[in-house]
Amino acid sequence: MALKMPAPDQTVLARRREIVAALRAIVPGEGVIDAEDELRAYECDALSVYRQLPMVAVLPSTIDQVSRILRYCHENKVRVVPRGAGTSLSGGALPLADGVLLGLGKFNKILDIDYANRTVVAQPGVTNLGISTAVASAGFYYAPDPSSQIACTIGGNIAENSGGVHSLKYGLTTNNVLGLEMVLITGEILRLGGKHLDSEGYDLLGLMTGSEGLLGVVTEVTVRILKKPSTARALLIGFPSNETAGDCVASIIAAGIIPGGMEMMDKPAIHATEDFVHAGYPLDVEAILIVELDGPKVEVDHLIDQVAAIARRCQSMTLRISESEEERVLFWAGRKSAFPAVGRITPDYMCMDGTIPRKKLPEVLARMRALSEKHDLRFCNVFHAGDGNLHPLILFDANKSDELERAEKFGADILRLCVEVGGVLTGEHGVGIEKRDLMDTMFDEVDMAQQLRVKCAFDPESLLNPGKVFPVLHRCAEMGRMVVSKGNLPFPDLPRF
Amino acid sequence: MAIPRDADDVCQILADAANTGTPLEVVGRGTKRGLGRPMQTASSLDLSGLTGVSLYEPEELVMTAAAGTPLAEIERTLAEKNQRLAFEPMDLGPIYGEPENAASIGGVFAANLSGPGRLRHGAARDHLLGFKAVNGRGEFFKSGSRVVKNVTGYDLSKVICGSHGTLAAMTEVTFKVMPAPEKTRTVLIFGLDDVRATEAMSAALGSPHEVIAAAHLPASIAARSSVSYVSGAGRGVTAIRVEGPAPSAEHRCKALREELARFGATEELHGMNSAKLWREIRDARPFIGDPRPLWRLSVAPTEGPKVIARIARALQGEWFYDWGGGLVWLALPVSDDAGTRIVRGAIEGGHATLIRADASARAAVSVFQPQPGPLAALAKRVKEGFDPGGILNPGRMD
Repeated sequence: MALKMPAPDQTVLARRREIVAALRAIVPGEGVIDAEDELRAYECDALSVYRQLPMVAVLPSTIDQVSRILRYCHENKVRVVPRGAGTSLSGGALPLADGVLLGLGKFNKILDIDYANRTVVAQPGVTNLGISTAVASAGFYYAPDPSSQIACTIGGNIAENSGGVHSLKYGLTTNNVLGLEMVLITGEILRLGGKHLDSEGYDLLGLMTGSEGLLGVVTEVTVRILKKPSTARALLIGFPSNETAGDCVASIIAAGIIPGGMEMMDKPAIHATEDFVHAGYPLDVEAILIVELDGPKVEVDHLIDQVAAIARRCQSMTLRISESEEERVLFWAGRKSAFPAVGRITPDYMCMDGTIPRKKLPEVLARMRALSEKHDLRFCNVFHAGDGNLHPLILFDANKSDELERAEKFGADILRLCVEVGGVLTGEHGVGIEKRDLMDTMFDEVDMAQQLRVKCAFDPESLLNPGKVFPVLHRCAEMGRMVVSKGNLPFPDLPRF
Repeated sequence: MAIPRDADDVCQILADAANTGTPLEVVGRGTKRGLGRPMQTASSLDLSGLTGVSLYEPEELVMTAAAGTPLAEIERTLAEKNQRLAFEPMDLGPIYGEPENAASIGGVFAANLSGPGRLRHGAARDHLLGFKAVNGRGEFFKSGSRVVKNVTGYDLSKVICGSHGTLAAMTEVTFKVMPAPEKTRTVLIFGLDDVRATEAMSAALGSPHEVIAAAHLPASIAARSSVSYVSGAGRGVTAIRVEGPAPSAEHRCKALREELARFGATEELHGMNSAKLWREIRDARPFIGDPRPLWRLSVAPTEGPKVIARIARALQGEWFYDWGGGLVWLALPVSDDAGTRIVRGAIEGGHATLIRADASARAAVSVFQPQPGPLAALAKRVKEGFDPGGILNPGRMD
């Protein structure tokens, strides 16, 4: 799977010096970076197998600067890649050789906290956890909690519609955002929503959320905050098979219980994490579930008993209930360190992100085992069981001749399998460049053309983050045709490291 | 009028309409035709023939139905498995003099209709996981999926919700369903004015008791309730709803009554009475069968009473608050502009929709909140991306 990016525009590259000077006229001092050693910091995001130096990076600190940068790029046909903290797992912030990397790190202030309306207004470079921290003293928090929440920014969360372990009960970013200020590629500044619920006109706020930096640049975000539940307790349950664990998940939901979090790990993942953090996970089981209930103590205690009874009916082998906050945190410690734990047992790993209908779990796990044999690579599974979001980790060694390529093929096969059973390519990491070339497993040409026409409404020259999400670039003028022709623009191979 | 039997028919009809440049009124089961700008359309595309639930998996919390399926049928099917639509779609038809419980599921999503539970559970737009539709080119397309967690491609489900049939004719919708709560309790607080009521609702919503819904009915509105605790109060009534397993609903209700006692005398509603009150609030029942223009305001919760105070200085109106004060239903005296100038002038941040007025008033003013130039231009380009010839419900949202 050789990744192709849009061919660099040689006329733009030839004007690099002039472009840098124009950007310096907008953002003075150190805000424009053109030295190669300093640009290294931006050459990749968390999908680090793909790297590319940007032509230039610019770090504006005012909305007016963002607007002028975009207007300049639009007038001069220069491509732009927006970037938050660079924690994307799908290559959403991968720079372009002929592109301006627009870093929003200086937009790092919380502008307004309004407890009466339960909202926070923040600049896009504020971290996800930063919002919760800012309101913690009053007992509030911001619900979506992607595992990168210490580092990832709220602007990036908008771009990716980030989720987290609590999204089954509390929703994704899109369900918790009320308003945006954004800048179009033309430099026009728009405000969508505000502190009120529900949009006026078309729900462009909903459209922007999860648009992966292809539609506009977010400069301000208004989110809802919630009061922290008074109690949270967790169960750690071991099962003799993935099937029995899967049955337990289905039975809990069938009983009308929506846990705050419900996570599953398979045996290889259990062993890797237990060796690493000693969370006390049972080692003689095939799968574990962590089920967290939150709310008033009386409700939590009531539901803990119900879930425990369901687990026993589903042949649980071990069952522990957290009796203290320390114990609850310990149950989670293994799950939350699953990625670094797996990093200890393999030189490299690739994290996939498909979502499937929950009931398909046993089938998908069995077929993934067959794929593992076919590609001769090991894998382990962590799974947001509540909402069907799988994170298979494929173990490989990039230094061995063809293992990266095999891992990519294995990953692509897993995602095709997810789609085949009624699921999707990506639950929360985004399409980016990673899953871009698999989009046609979910969408036919008409589906894709309709999405591209939305893109054209925002960015007709395709200057914002081109090469991401959609496998083929089209000129918007061509989109008027009924049928979209494929592959008519040349793409060179992007260098890979 | 065209009545397609299936999606292929819809493609055919819309492709023909696109070729001939024939504007169409897109209709589900026709309960909300009084909503939006009056249109000049040669013909209608009636989607009421597309019916049936094709997928319902209670343990997966998902359902797929043809767009013309009656909402009542869907709610009945869900109730059999003790589930529901958590966004509590309001029944808007009776506001226009249409029969109760006659809407289609497609119409609910096209109008993004949500009830009091929207506060906690989200709006219709938060529950639509995927859809199939035919755009103004006559092309059949799909978006989204049947799983909750999905970020593959643009989230067109959001933009189709609340697009009032102006972007595409939906043929099928896939949405999230949720378990019905075991118990519901409603705390009533008596005798608060609008400002104090908003403070009480904010206090409740800022508590850890997971308040599901919060509404305030001024005295004249409360007097029209069919729930005697409310109509007999003789003063304003503020209502706070909690749900959950029996012990927790009871616990939350008790705790809220204690915490809110500083605002005034409290009472609690159980079961039927609670359900009846919230259905009245959901459907804006106090304003059914009323000739006055009806506005729906969406503002920040604490802004609600301020906006109303500004309007009330100029016009004699009647109103009540939902969504913790953020949704205001406002009836104003009949006039040429239905009060538009005053209402729109009173709002800073938020929007107002003229939900009901006679056709001449709706033709004379903007039914939906006018948008600033660049935003309106973008919305127009989005519309053209779906419907370049402008054949689907032309002008309805202008």
